[in-house]
Amino acid sequence: MNSDITSFASLAPAFPEMLVAAGAIVLLLFGIFTKKERANGVAMAAVVLLVATAGIVIFHPAQGVIFNGGFIADEFARFMKVLVIGGAAFALILSLPSSRQHQLDKFEYSVLVLLATLGMMMMVSANDLMSLYLGLELQSLAAYVLAAMKRDSARATEAGLKYFVLGALSSGMLLYGASLIYGFTGHTQLDLIVDQIVMGERSIGLIFGMVFLLAGIAFKISAVPFHMWTPDVYEGAPTPVTAFLASAPKVAAMALLVRVVTVSFAPITSDWQQIVIFLSIASMVLAAFAAIGQKSLKRLVAYSSIGHVGFALVGLSSGTAVGVEGVAIYMAIYVTMTIGLFACILALRTQNGAVEDIAELAGLAQRRPFVAAMIAVLMFSLIGLPPLAGFFAKWHVFLAAIEARLFVLAVIGVLASAISAFYYLRIVKTMYFDEPVLEYAAVPRELTAVMGVTGFLVITYFVTVGGPLAAAARVASGSLF
Amino acid sequence: MVQAIVFLPLIGALIAGLLGRVIGHRVSEYITTGLLMVSAVLSWIVFVGFWGGESEVMRVEVMRWIQVGDMDLRWILRVDTLTAIMLIVVTTVSSLVHLYSIGYMHEDPHRSRFFAYLSLFTFAMLMLVTADNFLQMFFGWEGVGLASYLLIGFWYTKPSANAAAMKAFVVNRVGDFGFALGIFGAFMILGDITFDGAFAAIAGNEDVTINFLGGEFHALTVISLLLFMGAMGKSAQFLLHTWLPDAMEGPTPVSALIHAATMVTAGVFMVARLSPIFETSAVALTVVVVIGAITAFFAATVGLVQNDIKRVIAYSTCSQLGYMFVALGAGIYSAGIFHLFTHAFFKALLFLGAGAVIHAMHHEQDMRNMGGLRKKIPITYALMIIGTLALTGVGIPGTPFGFAGFFSKDAIIESAYAMGGNTGMFAFWLLVVAALFTSFYSWRLIHLTFHGPTRADHHTYDHAHESPNVMMVPLYILGIGAVLAGTVFYDVFFGHGEHVTHFFHGSIVVNEELIDQAHYVPLWVKWSATIAMLLGFAGAWLAYVRDPGLPARSAAANPGLYNFLLNAWYFDKLYDTIFVRPARWIGRAFWRGFDDYLVDQTITEGLGNRIKGITAQVVRLQSGYLYHYAFAMLIGIAALLTWAIAAGGLLG
Repeated sequence: MNSDITSFASLAPAFPEMLVAAGAIVLLLFGIFTKKERANGVAMAAVVLLVATAGIVIFHPAQGVIFNGGFIADEFARFMKVLVIGGAAFALILSLPSSRQHQLDKFEYSVLVLLATLGMMMMVSANDLMSLYLGLELQSLAAYVLAAMKRDSARATEAGLKYFVLGALSSGMLLYGASLIYGFTGHTQLDLIVDQIVMGERSIGLIFGMVFLLAGIAFKISAVPFHMWTPDVYEGAPTPVTAFLASAPKVAAMALLVRVVTVSFAPITSDWQQIVIFLSIASMVLAAFAAIGQKSLKRLVAYSSIGHVGFALVGLSSGTAVGVEGVAIYMAIYVTMTIGLFACILALRTQNGAVEDIAELAGLAQRRPFVAAMIAVLMFSLIGLPPLAGFFAKWHVFLAAIEARLFVLAVIGVLASAISAFYYLRIVKTMYFDEPVLEYAAVPRELTAVMGVTGFLVITYFVTVGGPLAAAARVASGSLF
Repeated sequence: MVQAIVFLPLIGALIAGLLGRVIGHRVSEYITTGLLMVSAVLSWIVFVGFWGGESEVMRVEVMRWIQVGDMDLRWILRVDTLTAIMLIVVTTVSSLVHLYSIGYMHEDPHRSRFFAYLSLFTFAMLMLVTADNFLQMFFGWEGVGLASYLLIGFWYTKPSANAAAMKAFVVNRVGDFGFALGIFGAFMILGDITFDGAFAAIAGNEDVTINFLGGEFHALTVISLLLFMGAMGKSAQFLLHTWLPDAMEGPTPVSALIHAATMVTAGVFMVARLSPIFETSAVALTVVVVIGAITAFFAATVGLVQNDIKRVIAYSTCSQLGYMFVALGAGIYSAGIFHLFTHAFFKALLFLGAGAVIHAMHHEQDMRNMGGLRKKIPITYALMIIGTLALTGVGIPGTPFGFAGFFSKDAIIESAYAMGGNTGMFAFWLLVVAALFTSFYSWRLIHLTFHGPTRADHHTYDHAHESPNVMMVPLYILGIGAVLAGTVFYDVFFGHGEHVTHFFHGSIVVNEELIDQAHYVPLWVKWSATIAMLLGFAGAWLAYVRDPGLPARSAAANPGLYNFLLNAWYFDKLYDTIFVRPARWIGRAFWRGFDDYLVDQTITEGLGNRIKGITAQVVRLQSGYLYHYAFAMLIGIAALLTWAIAAGGLLG
């Protein structure tokens, strides 16, 4: 087969990825040949690089399918890439003030984040089971190392190891599923698989392959029952890494899932719908109950993110353009809330180290009123109270489910949301009504800025970004149908 | 100018209420009182214009209020003759009560709140009387109800005051329910809730029927009766009167302003304002007369035996309101408004005078512990005598000599006679007897309080003294009103039919023919009230001066009758049994059974415990062992595969 790359200009759809890849290598070389103290400088340069990449994606998008159908740049990919890059950039910013404390003051940290981001961008643009796996593994391998980066911490090492082993298992499942699909359709390219399914009968082998493939992706978005790694890894990994893991990779994996099911498996929608509905309900319900029992803030956030993935899957369950639009909006708001929440968590420090227990938040409102107010706003938004952004996120996905007549799913979702209100509100109660026990350290400027930006977006969502975001999401989902 | 009259009290209320703590009690008192005095002066200027007959109806738009469908409601301050009369009554009495309260309340630690409430009440009352449509009137109606509630319960640490406040509110709610239904009915039948529009629409709808409670009724009768139900609540008429005596738990100035001179007359005002609607229904007018007459009689009988000085005056108020309704129901609305007008002066005088007595006696209200105060507080005594002369209607029939109540009360008694028929005669005789009782209990009050040897303990009696000038000046002014209000204004309210028509200028229905008939009643009718008054006076003199043991002996001889009257015909007990206890029982059942047991214990706590249990199970799943996690994933994929194959119908 001849390559479809005839000139440099024909590579235009992949320019953002190429920029990140080149930038990562340059920074790696720079890091190797300079002194160690430059770690924060490298991180800053990485942020600039990501911002530049986002600039290209937003302002100079080039669309098309290249690399013989292995790579696609469309509106959906563009939307998701902005989220991925934004999430990664903010996660890097969050790590700046406490990098030494978390032993992340190494240039490799930024390089790994960049490589993971490259992998995620590949995932978002993957149009072939091969490139899909390539991107997924690039992201995963970088993430495994990131989780275990704090080498002398037993918890971090354990987290990294668990993540790696279970990730390998899930990759195996995904590959097995991919090989079955290839075996039964004869294609690995997503838009060719669908032609084969339309022509032929749907066979047990195909369904088997699809289920394995979905299970592999479900691991990445930590949907129940493939979620078990999430609480342990979130708790064990350094907090800035957790912030990164909880934001951008979720978006990328969700984008991958959306593209695979809506492009390749459109003719057998009713089959994958069952799977997604199951994952969605299981995630929402289990997360709602499990989070109530948590004492650690980071574990609670882990279950919270599992629950939110469940809510996002409600939108996908509908299998319609409106549903995908809801998922896109949900992921955008989820990333914003997650970044803001981790900014708050990282801001909670005492002389003796980070505050990670919920009970230690007691009386925060008296000691650090701004941080407490931000946490409270984010908690209310995560619950889904109007007029905060989280309400609109849930509103879009539930609306899609109702339109698709998935009433039971919607009702379960709303009930799970109600139960989840308990653990979010408990944090607010602890902060505002309990007597203070700790003296908190000063809040770094970077974190205040991130809290301010995300808080502003969450509070004013309806009047500021809500309209443009929904419009962009509609364009994005339109490119898949 | 109209805006100033209405909104100055609101400004005062806001300043005293919101800034009272900052600016202090003294400043709050001066600001609210000063603003009300300005408002009163402006009101008199407005009234004089109407009195001379030069002023036309003023309609000042404040804002566009509600636009729904074809309803375009504007907030309009309407001032016509009827409103102008109410404006001077309300603002005059209110400003005098404000002034009086500076002295009366000077020891109270929450004075600025008190003055804020007083001014708020005045604002609401002005809203009520300047209403241009039903809804505005309802706003003011509820506003005065709220202010009344707040002021009755002003001393909120007293359980009896709180109970009285609640009682007033709840009983009024019964009336307001009817009032609201009446407004809905008027809107439904007449299609317009501005007064002008509604009255204009009466012409085409006189024979319309309405389905109400399963039967077909004459629509305007139903509407009139429902509206009258509201009036009964607010004006404490028979069956809905129980809250008024209890309302005396509030500070005495409140009793004078709200529960004598102004708010309780809102019902009278409302019926007069809506007289075109009431005129369409003979049935409704008959009901108004009957209820009014019964109230006048009933309250007068109860007043005979009360021992609390304020309760006597409260029942007297109730009785006088009955008089007013008889005049309205008889179709001579101007006579009812006339009595409302004169009554405001002499009843406020009596209440404030009673307040001065209470003040002198260190908050003693029981007349059995008074007596002989004439020598101690002679000026108050003189003023109370003036008030009593006005209330009992002293005057010489056929001449312009008489106290205020004489003219207006005789006008009503003559109106009732002129109405004729069974209803008219029924009302006439009840009112004459009530006049006798009125005279008796009024003089009884004077005798027990001021005459004879004192029954107060020495310490209190020795320290009894006249009130300061800030309290006495309002009494002087009201005293002048109680003497002159009748004779000066007789002509425009109840003189020649033409004069009355000219004066009211279409703001209420004036039936010249009926007024003239009332003027040509037989001579014995004209003298009947005066004779009844003299009999009552003689009776009181006999029982409390000549032979002070007589009341106790007759009470002992007729214990059943005595207790019947003392307990106000047992209405409170009756209502307690019929309404209050069942309501409490139902409330308790819902509280214990539904809320406590079902919602709290079973549903909320039960659900909470279940969720805790599930959480414990779920958390235990997260063991931390890698192989558990891997196992869960494999189980998961096995389940998903099975489900996908089975649900997909691929098993065979």
